[in-house]
Amino acid sequence: MADFDFNSSEKADTAELQKMIAVEQQKAQFQAQVHNFTDVCWDKCVEKPSSKLDSRTETCLVSCVERFIDTTLTITNRFTQMVQKGTH
Amino acid sequence: MDGFGSDFSSAAGSGKMDTGTIMEQVKVQIAVANAQELLQRMTDKCFKKCIGKPGGTLDNSEQKCIAMCMDRYMDAWNTVSRAYNSRLQRERARI
Repeated sequence: MADFDFNSSEKADTAELQKMIAVEQQKAQFQAQVHNFTDVCWDKCVEKPSSKLDSRTETCLVSCVERFIDTTLTITNRFTQMVQKGTH
Repeated sequence: MDGFGSDFSSAAGSGKMDTGTIMEQVKVQIAVANAQELLQRMTDKCFKKCIGKPGGTLDNSEQKCIAMCMDRYMDAWNTVSRAYNSRLQRERARI
């Protein structure tokens, strides 16, 4: 994406465009992450699909997202420590 | 999502597209990719939930299950999206 060939009058436009695209990319990244979480947490929390998402399932989904993020953080931290200590 | 850059550099370089047009295309392409992702994952999950042993046709109960499963999957997606968003906001506030 870095190979645009703009003249100077278009430079400001380009900078603005890049900023706006970065914002959209962040939104897309958020959505991609939601797809992953939903995939994992659906398997953990949803038994048989019924006519409504009951409150137990809803609570489970929220906890699932929270614990998945906690797990990611815990593993990242522990892995960083392992690498720093050079134990593995 | 491939072909993103190449599409733009040719069109933008010739000066035929303004920022608004490009952004509109970016948003549309992202929305299409998002819908495709949802569709693919939803099909996968609901096939697993609703079709036990594949028979000669999709019978009535299977079709009902699929419809219900789709609705619940989208509910779950929205619940997860809200939970993730509030976690992000809490993490940002902590820093």
